[in-house]
Amino acid sequence: MLCQRCKKQPATIHLTEILQNEKRERHLCEDCAKEEGVAIKAQINLQDVLSGMVEAHQSASSEANLTCPDCGITYAEFRNGGRLGCPHDYDVFAEPLREVLEKVHGATEHLGKLPHRAGSDMTSQRELMQLRRQLQEAVETEQYEEAARLRDLIRHKESAGEA
Amino acid sequence: MKLDELILSPSPWLEPGGPQSDIVLSTRVRLARNIAGRPFSSRLRPEERQDLEVTLKKAVLSALGDTGITWFELGDMPEIDRRCLVERHLISRELAAADGHRGVAIDANQRLAIMANEEDHLRLQVIFCGLQLEAAWQEADAIDDRLEAHLTYAFSPKLGYLTACPTNVGTGMRASVMLHLPSLALTKQIEKVFRAVARMRLAVRGLYGEGTQATGDIYQISNQASLGRSEAEILRTLGAVIPQIVAYEQQAREVLATESPMALDDRIYRSWGLLTHARTISSEETLTLLSAVRLGVHMGRLKGVNIGTVNELFLLTRPGHIQKIRGKELTEAERDVARAEFIRQRLGVI
Repeated sequence: MLCQRCKKQPATIHLTEILQNEKRERHLCEDCAKEEGVAIKAQINLQDVLSGMVEAHQSASSEANLTCPDCGITYAEFRNGGRLGCPHDYDVFAEPLREVLEKVHGATEHLGKLPHRAGSDMTSQRELMQLRRQLQEAVETEQYEEAARLRDLIRHKESAGEA
Repeated sequence: MKLDELILSPSPWLEPGGPQSDIVLSTRVRLARNIAGRPFSSRLRPEERQDLEVTLKKAVLSALGDTGITWFELGDMPEIDRRCLVERHLISRELAAADGHRGVAIDANQRLAIMANEEDHLRLQVIFCGLQLEAAWQEADAIDDRLEAHLTYAFSPKLGYLTACPTNVGTGMRASVMLHLPSLALTKQIEKVFRAVARMRLAVRGLYGEGTQATGDIYQISNQASLGRSEAEILRTLGAVIPQIVAYEQQAREVLATESPMALDDRIYRSWGLLTHARTISSEETLTLLSAVRLGVHMGRLKGVNIGTVNELFLLTRPGHIQKIRGKELTEAERDVARAEFIRQRLGVI
C-alpha cells in the first residue's frame, strides 16, 4: 500500500482516528507521518542505540576495528548484529561497551547472584575455548594424536574447574 | 512425556485460581546462561553446536532427571509442533525458527522449560499462574543452582553472567508478568500506564513478546535492566508496579460498570454471541472476543461460563493448536472454520 499523502513511498504507519464519532483510517509513510506530527512509539532498540552511539564515536576512535583474538568478531560486526561472539568480548570491547551498558541498564556493575562453583576465572575460560578450537582443527586435519592429547587436556582442565 | 500429550494438555499459565488471576494471567522468570570456554551460540560451528547440545542435554537430564523433565530435539521436529511450543510460551520464536542443533527440556507440568542453543547457550524459564514473582524466582534460582553443579557458567565478577546480548548481562534475568487489561484499553488509559512503566526501566510487550501486538488486551511487563541491581531488587520493582496496574484496571472496570453499563454489557454479550455462533473466525478476532468475554465473566456480568474454558481457548484457538487438535495441516480458511467449530464445541453450543 502506498502512502495516502505523498503517494510515493510505502505506507508503514496505519492510523485510526476518531473525530466527532466518525472513524477514519489513514495510511502514511514515515516521512509524511513525521511532517504531520504523528508521534511514533518507539521501543528501545539496541541496534539504534548502538549505531547512534557509534556514529558519535567514530571520529574520535577506531573502536569499530577492535577485534576479539578468541572468536574473531569485530566491534563493527557486533554493532551491526547486536550480538557478541564470546564471553571474552566483554574484555576486548570493555571501553565502548561501558557506554552501551550505561545506556541500557543505567549501571555497569553486577550486583546479583554469584555462581557457587570455582572455575569462573576468565583466563582459564579463554584457555578452554582456544583448546576446543585447536581440537576442532586437529580433528578436521586428521591429526588424531594431537586431537587425543587436546581432548585429555580439555577434560583435565574442565574437571579442575569443577573441583 | 510425549510431545503430542504435552501440546494437548492444559497449560499451567492459564490456570484460573492463581493470585490476582482475574487480571494477572501468569508470572515468568527467565535466566540466560552461557557455558564458560565456548563462543556464544551464533558463533558456534555446526559441530560445536552439536557438541554443546549433547553436553547441555546430559547436564540437564542428570541435574533434573527426578523432575520428570523430557528433552525434545527441535532440529527434526515438525514445524507445527514447534509452533505449538511457541504458542505455549515454552520456546521462543527465534529458537523455533533457528537452524541446526537445538533443543528444549520441559517438565511434566510445563512449569519449567530450558532452551538449549538459543541466542544464549541456556535459557531457563519458570512460569507460574497469577502473580507469583517470588515463588517463580525461588524455583528458577534453585534450578539454576542444580544445573550449575553440572556446568561451568561464563561469569565475570564485575559484569555477572555473560550473555550474547549486552541487554541481558548481569543477572541474566527477565521477570515478566502477563496482564489482561481490557478496561484500561477500553477507557484509553493504557498509554498512560505504559509511560509510567517505561520510567521505571520496565518494558511492555504484546502476548507473544517483542514486536508483537497486544491482541486480546494481553500485555507483558518485564524488567528492561538486568545489570546493576540484584534479582531481589528487580522483583521488588515489578512487585511494586504490578499491583498498581492491577488496581487501575479494577478502577477502570468499576467506572465502566457505573458510567456505561449498557455499552459494557453490549460489548460482552455481542462477543459471546459471535463466539458461540460464528461459522468462521480468525485467530485475531477470537482473541478480541475472548477478551471481552473474559472481562464479562470476571465482572460477574456473564454467568454460567467456566473461566477455565475461556482461558484455555486463548491458547487452543491459536493457529498451531487448532491444526494440532484437528490432527492435520490446514489452510488459513480451513483453520477459521475449524476454529469456529471448536469454540462452539468447547462453549457447549454446537
